[in-house]
Amino acid sequence: MVSLNFYLVLSAILFAIGTIGVLTRRNAIVIFMCVELMLNAVNLTFIAFSKYLGNLDGQIFVFFVMTVAAAEAAVGLALMIAYFKNRESIDVEDMNLMKW
Amino acid sequence: MLDNVWLIPLFPLIGFLINGLFGKKIKNEAVIGGIGTLMIFLSFLVSCGILMQLVGMPPEQRVFEKVMFPWIHAGSFKADMAFLVDPLSAVMLMVVTGVGSLIHLYSIGYMHGEEGFYRFFAYLNLFCMSMLLLVLGANMLVMFIGWEGVGLCSYLLIGYYFEKKSAGDAAKKAFVMNRVGDFGFLLGLFVLFWWFGSNHNIWTINFVEIKAASHLLPYGGVVTLATLCFFVGATGKSAQIPLFTWLPDAMEGPTPVSALIHAATMVTAGVYMIARMSFVFIKAPETMMVVAVVGALTAIFAATIGTAQNDIKRVLAYSTVSQLGFMFLAMGVGAFGAGIFHLMTHAFFKACLFLGSGSVIHAMHHALHKGHLHDDAQDMRNMGGLRKALPITFITFLVSTIAIAGIPGFSGFFSKDEILWQAFANPYHGSLNILLWGIGCIAACFTAFYMFRLVFMTFFGECRINPKVKEYLHESPLVITIPLMVLGFLAFVGGFIGMPKLLGMLPNYFEHWLDPVFELANEYGKQYAHSGAHHSHALEFGLMAFSVVVALIGISIAYTMYMANKSLPEKFTSAFPGLYKVVYNKWYVDEIYDFLFVNPCKSFGNLLWKGFDVVIVDGVVNGTAKLVMAFSAGLKGLQSGYVHNYAMGMAIGVVTIIAVYVFR
Repeated sequence: MVSLNFYLVLSAILFAIGTIGVLTRRNAIVIFMCVELMLNAVNLTFIAFSKYLGNLDGQIFVFFVMTVAAAEAAVGLALMIAYFKNRESIDVEDMNLMKW
Repeated sequence: MLDNVWLIPLFPLIGFLINGLFGKKIKNEAVIGGIGTLMIFLSFLVSCGILMQLVGMPPEQRVFEKVMFPWIHAGSFKADMAFLVDPLSAVMLMVVTGVGSLIHLYSIGYMHGEEGFYRFFAYLNLFCMSMLLLVLGANMLVMFIGWEGVGLCSYLLIGYYFEKKSAGDAAKKAFVMNRVGDFGFLLGLFVLFWWFGSNHNIWTINFVEIKAASHLLPYGGVVTLATLCFFVGATGKSAQIPLFTWLPDAMEGPTPVSALIHAATMVTAGVYMIARMSFVFIKAPETMMVVAVVGALTAIFAATIGTAQNDIKRVLAYSTVSQLGFMFLAMGVGAFGAGIFHLMTHAFFKACLFLGSGSVIHAMHHALHKGHLHDDAQDMRNMGGLRKALPITFITFLVSTIAIAGIPGFSGFFSKDEILWQAFANPYHGSLNILLWGIGCIAACFTAFYMFRLVFMTFFGECRINPKVKEYLHESPLVITIPLMVLGFLAFVGGFIGMPKLLGMLPNYFEHWLDPVFELANEYGKQYAHSGAHHSHALEFGLMAFSVVVALIGISIAYTMYMANKSLPEKFTSAFPGLYKVVYNKWYVDEIYDFLFVNPCKSFGNLLWKGFDVVIVDGVVNGTAKLVMAFSAGLKGLQSGYVHNYAMGMAIGVVTIIAVYVFR
């Protein structure tokens, strides 16, 4: 039996990797994948606690998170295609119009 | 009938609403004018009914208060929407609705073809409503609504031709000067209300209640203060020194307006107010003196200006100011009945004179228009010899002129002579009496002079209008001449109801009629009246004859100067060029006021604008914005536009918050 701590540490490591990826990578798709990684790290925590506490609420939350993640992927990819058609790039360094 | 007194102001209100709201759609002048005239005529009929009923009652019961609904009840303060009918308000009702109806009728003809025809009748009806409210108000607050309402309507009607700058300026001037007076009215009201309330716990502004409690008022002191405030109000509304300069400018309005508002009704509101509160005014001997002196000075002052004006309406305007001075003189010497009597006869002959001048202007304007000439249609130097072209106007005008000049048998004689006699014989002002009477006589002489000057210049002599258009001059239509004839008739016979006892042919109905109203004031007056001042009939006859002689002198001077020897005015002006110039320019009162009040106000306003508003107010507002801008300019660098910079910021923030939470 793997104890709860291992799950939590793994989850924290995955979350940190995801965060660093979001902050440092320049390719939008990679950033996107990192976001998915962060979400899934959270999902892992939910499952672990659900099992540890014997309560199904955590698993239900995971379904919600997955649903949201799927929707997010669809919208995000569509945005990226639209952006690519305009700029021929999905490098976030090129997205610099959001300033005064 | 008395119970239906509320119908009197209601009818014009209905007329105002119909014409004001739907007049633009109705378009048909006959319908609009018909509604306006009918409404005020209905008020006239109700007024007649009320008068009849009052006549049928015993004199001491002729006071009736009709409470419509409670209006303001706050603590011990109480003001109802209530109407007061007594002999005084009945007289005013008859004058306002009677003369008002005739002028409405006249306006149908005079305003024919004007663009804002419906607007004119709506305002006219609104004016009548306000004036009737003023006259009928049973407490000072209702009276004050009317007081303000007539001021507003005066403003609207003076500025009727608002596309003309001079008309707009005149309207503003009238309104602002009236406001100065209104302020005095309010202050007087407050003083009286506060005094009764704090000293005797009588919190009232109701005329009947004040009258009942008036024995508590002291002589002089606080009453002097209150009455002087009220008198300031009266000088504003009734165009007395020092607030008279708006009235001549008010001639920018259409002529029926000048006749109704600036001759017959609104400008007499000040006189009416003093009469309504005679029992308060008489308790302040100093105020009575001020009223008398101001009245006498206004009478002579305005009369002198009238002698040098060339605009037919301006002569009449100064004449109105002068005649109002006579009324105030009457009030000031305690001859309230005589003042109201003169108010009534003046309403007849002055309305007739104004409407007559309107008829002349109408004809002149029409003729000049046909000939495509741009001469001034109101300048008497362009007139002359009009008696042949305008026979009805001429006769009615002449009758009214004789009336105002004070020739025996005509209405103005009885009222003016009564005032002059009272100025001489009243028991209140001691040795000042002779002076008041003397000034009054000279003013009467001037009146006769300038009025006959006007008649001679307008209707006699050869026609000075451009010969090209002479043939176009013609008499006005019946709708204009009928009111002229009625008013001319009244100007002739209106005086007989107030014929002095002395002449003995008829009892003085008018004075007996008003006796119950002024009885109390006369009672109070006895406290400080000089007793024993008994004047013989011979003296009264002598003074009466003297005032007639004075009037005849004025007329004969006018005749010599403007009929017999036409070079005299020229010689006169070249002999005294300085005097003529000063009088022609109205003693430079407007310029003095500009210098003393208007320009300082303007420069103070400019100071506030350029100094306070631009530098301080705008400075604070713009300064705040500039401060925020400078601060944001520093922060602007943080916003790089790169998403991952923002994400980094967010991450750092989250980590910091968690760190604080964990390691606290």
